[in-house]
Amino acid sequence: MRMQTPDEALASAAANKDRDAFAALLARHYDRIFGLAFRLTGSRAEAEDLTQDICLALPGKLAGYRQAARFTTWLYRVTVNAAHDRRRRAAAHARAADGWGDWEVGRRAGNAEAAAAGDWLAEAMALLSPELRDTVALTLGEDLTQAEAAAILGLSEGTVAWRMSEVKRRLRDLARAEGMT
Amino acid sequence: MTDDLARLAAALKAAAPAPDAAAKDRALRLAMENFDRAQETAARPRPMSDRPQGAGFLTGVRQMLASPMFSRLTSRPALAATASVVAIGVAITLWPAFQRGEVLPGQVALPTPRAAAPTTAPASPAEATYSQGAQPGTDALAKTMAEAVADAATRSARERAEARPEAPADATRPRLAETLPAVSAEPMLDAAGIIAASPPPLARPEADGFAASPLPDSEAYASADPNPVRITADDPVSTFSIDTDTASWPVIRSSLSAGTLPPREAVRIEEMVNYFPYDYPAPEPGTAPFRASVSLSPTPWNPGTQLLRIGLQGALPAVADRPALNLVFLIDTSGSMDDPKKLPLLKQSFRLMLGQLRPEDRLAIVTYAGSAGLVLEPTDAGDRATILAALDRLDAGGSTAGAEGLRQAYQVAESMAGEGRIGRILLATDGDFNVGISDPGALEDFVAARRRTGTYLSVLGFGRGNLDDAVMQALAQNGNGTAAHIDTLAEAQKVLVDQLTGALFPIADDVKVQVEFNPAAVAEYRLIGYETRALARTDFSNDRVDAGEIGAGHQVTALYEITPVGSPARLTDPLRYAAPATPGAPDATGETGFLRLRYKAPGAATSSLIEVAIPAKVTEPDTDARFAAAIAGIGQLLSDPRHLGDWGWDQAIALAQGARGQDPFGYRAEAVGLMRLAQSLAR
Repeated sequence: MRMQTPDEALASAAANKDRDAFAALLARHYDRIFGLAFRLTGSRAEAEDLTQDICLALPGKLAGYRQAARFTTWLYRVTVNAAHDRRRRAAAHARAADGWGDWEVGRRAGNAEAAAAGDWLAEAMALLSPELRDTVALTLGEDLTQAEAAAILGLSEGTVAWRMSEVKRRLRDLARAEGMT
Repeated sequence: MTDDLARLAAALKAAAPAPDAAAKDRALRLAMENFDRAQETAARPRPMSDRPQGAGFLTGVRQMLASPMFSRLTSRPALAATASVVAIGVAITLWPAFQRGEVLPGQVALPTPRAAAPTTAPASPAEATYSQGAQPGTDALAKTMAEAVADAATRSARERAEARPEAPADATRPRLAETLPAVSAEPMLDAAGIIAASPPPLARPEADGFAASPLPDSEAYASADPNPVRITADDPVSTFSIDTDTASWPVIRSSLSAGTLPPREAVRIEEMVNYFPYDYPAPEPGTAPFRASVSLSPTPWNPGTQLLRIGLQGALPAVADRPALNLVFLIDTSGSMDDPKKLPLLKQSFRLMLGQLRPEDRLAIVTYAGSAGLVLEPTDAGDRATILAALDRLDAGGSTAGAEGLRQAYQVAESMAGEGRIGRILLATDGDFNVGISDPGALEDFVAARRRTGTYLSVLGFGRGNLDDAVMQALAQNGNGTAAHIDTLAEAQKVLVDQLTGALFPIADDVKVQVEFNPAAVAEYRLIGYETRALARTDFSNDRVDAGEIGAGHQVTALYEITPVGSPARLTDPLRYAAPATPGAPDATGETGFLRLRYKAPGAATSSLIEVAIPAKVTEPDTDARFAAAIAGIGQLLSDPRHLGDWGWDQAIALAQGARGQDPFGYRAEAVGLMRLAQSLAR
C-alpha cells in the first residue's frame, strides 16, 4: 500500500510523526540521494557520508517541507545544499573536498577508484567549476529539465541555460585538446 | 557538441556506483533513530543499546579528526588548532554527522556551547570572504574559525549572489564580496535546509551542555502498545506484575506545566492511577501482608461495559517497629545535573528525607560522574551535620559513569549489611547513562544479579531533557525497587517524606496478579495499563520470574474493562461454529472471574498464594473507584482514546471533580487542575 502512496503524502505523514511513512520515504529515496551525491562529489566515500548526513538531518528538515514543491525537487535541493556546505567547509580546511576536483591528484597517486570510473569523465568534470558540475549532475545525471534544475539550485532558468552552454564549450575544448594529442 | 553532452550524461550515469548496502543500512538506521528522537518515540519498550546525543558528540570529534578533512594538517600547531576549532565550531558545523554510537572519553575537552552559539550571529561579510579564500597553511586556525563563524552568512549571501543571471563562474567569488549585505535569512533556501550551518532543531546545543541535550531530543520512555481487547473464550487468563512506580504522573505533570502535552510514550496509565492514595481496607493483622479487594461498577465511558477494579492495600507495620535502614544515596553528579530542577532539587529533597530517618539508620553517599566516588562514608543518620555538609559539597560536572557508580554503591551497601537491617540504594539521576556502559542490557543483568544479595534499588528521576525513563524503569524493576520522578519539592515531600515508609520498607516481593475470567459471564476484557508489566501465564507460578514489590502501606490499583456476555458493546461477534457454552456448569458459580495473587515475604524464595472470587454484582462506584476511573480515562485520552467513544475531557474532569473525596494532601485537586490544562492544550 505504501508503495503507491505519493512522496508528498508520505512526507507530510512523516512530518506528522508517522514512523512508517518516514521509513518508506527513506527507503524509496536513499538510492536517489546517493546517486546525486556521487555525481556532485565524484567520490564514493564522500557520497556515502553526504547521504548519511542528509538522512540524519531529514527528520528535522521534513518539518520545513512545504507541499508547494514536489518532494523530489525539495530533496534534490536539500542534497545540493548539503553538498555545497560540505564542499565549502572542506575548502576552508585546505582540502579540495570534491572528488572530481581531486581527480588529478588521485590519478597521480594511483587512485584505483579514479581509474575504474573512467578517465574521460574525470577529466571532463575536473575541467568544470563546482557550479557547472552541480548543474551537470542535475540536468545530465538526473535527467532534469533546465527549469527543474534552476528551481533546485535557486537560479533563474537563464542562468542554467548559460551554464549548460558553458559546459558545452569546455567539453568542446577538451575534445580539441584530445584531438591534438 | 550535443554529442559531448550526451557522452557526459552517459558517463555520469554509468559512473555512479551502486550504493553500498552496509552504508545504506547504517544511514537508514541512524536516520530512523533521529526520527524517533525527534518524535520522542522510542520504538522499543526496553532500553536501547545506543544512548543518544552526548555520546555522539565525542564520537563525531574523533571521526572528524580521523577524516581526510584534516589529513593534511599534520604539524603540531595545526593539530592544536584543529582541536580548538573542534571545540568552537563543531556544534555549529558538523552536528548531524555526530549522532553515532559509542564514546571516546577524554579526547577533547567539552566546549561550553553558551559561549560558542552567539558567535554565529555577528558574522560579517569580511569574515565570510576570508574563509572562502582559505588555503592550507599555518594559519589554519584563524581561517577555520572564520569559516565556522561565517557559515550561515556566507551561504545565504552566496545563494543570493547566484540568484542573479550569472557571469562566468570564475567571476562569482569576487562579486560575492561586493554583494554581501547584512546577514539575512532566505526562508525558502533555509527550509530546503543546509546540513552544516544550521544544526537540526533536534540537536540544538544550548541547554545545559553537551552531556545534556535539550528537552525533546533524548528522552527515552519505557512504553508498549496499549493492551488489546481480549476474547474470554480464546484467552481467559490475564497475568501481570504489580507496579508501584509513580514516575509517569510527575512526568506528565511537568510536560503539562510546561505547556505541552506529554509524549504518548510517557503515559503509563497504571502509574498514573497508582500515584494517588486510595482508601482500601487494610489487611487483618496476622494474615497476608496485603489485602485484595475487588469491585465491579459501570464504566464511565461505555454503558455496555463494566470496570473491574482490583485494589491491593499493603499492611502498614507500626512505624516504631520498623527495622533499621542502610541507605546508600547514589547520586548522579554529571554535567547534565547542573540544572535547578536536578541537583539542587535533589539536595533539597534529601534534606527533607533526612528528617524522617532515625538515629540508628545509616547512610552513605556515592556519586558518579567522570569517576565514581564515595563522598560520605557510612554515617549514622543522627550525625546530620556531617551528612548535610557532604550533600552541600556535591557539584555537577563531568560525564556519567553510571555502571561504575552502581557497582560501588552495591559494594558499600553490602559492607553496611547487618542483621535485621534493610539495605537500599537510592539512585538519583536524570537518567543519562552515557559513559561506562557498553550495553544497558548488561547493566540490568548486573542489577538483577545483585538483587539476590537482598539490597533493593530504587530510582529517583530528576529533571527533564534527557530523561532516560526506559533505563530507570528497567533498573528499578530489576533491582526490586520503585521508580519515582521528582519534579518539584512538593513531589519530594510526597515520595521521600509522606510515603517514605512505603518507598523504603518492602512488605511483599514479586507480587503477581492473575485473573481468570469466566467465559460464561465475560465476553471480552481489557487490562487498562500495565503494558510494560505483562507476564506470561506460566510465569505466574514460576517463582524464579521477577515481579513488582509492595512497600509498607502501598496501594496498588488495577482496572479491567470487561464486556459482559450479551452486552451490545461487544466488539467481536460470537462465533457461529463455536461449541455453545455448556449451560449450567461454570455459570453456576455466578462469578465474573477469579483473582489469584502470588507474593513472597521479603527475602523469601518461595511464594504464597491468595485467591479471591470476583462476584458478578455490579455496584455503584465509590469515590476512589470513580477517581481511579477518571485518571484511567485521561491516561487513555493522552495516549490512545480508541476505547472511549465520545467520552472526552469534559466528562473526565467532571468525574474527577466529583470524586475528590477527602484529599488531605491536595493531590486530586491538583490533578483536576492539570486535567483542565491538558484539555486546553489538546484543543
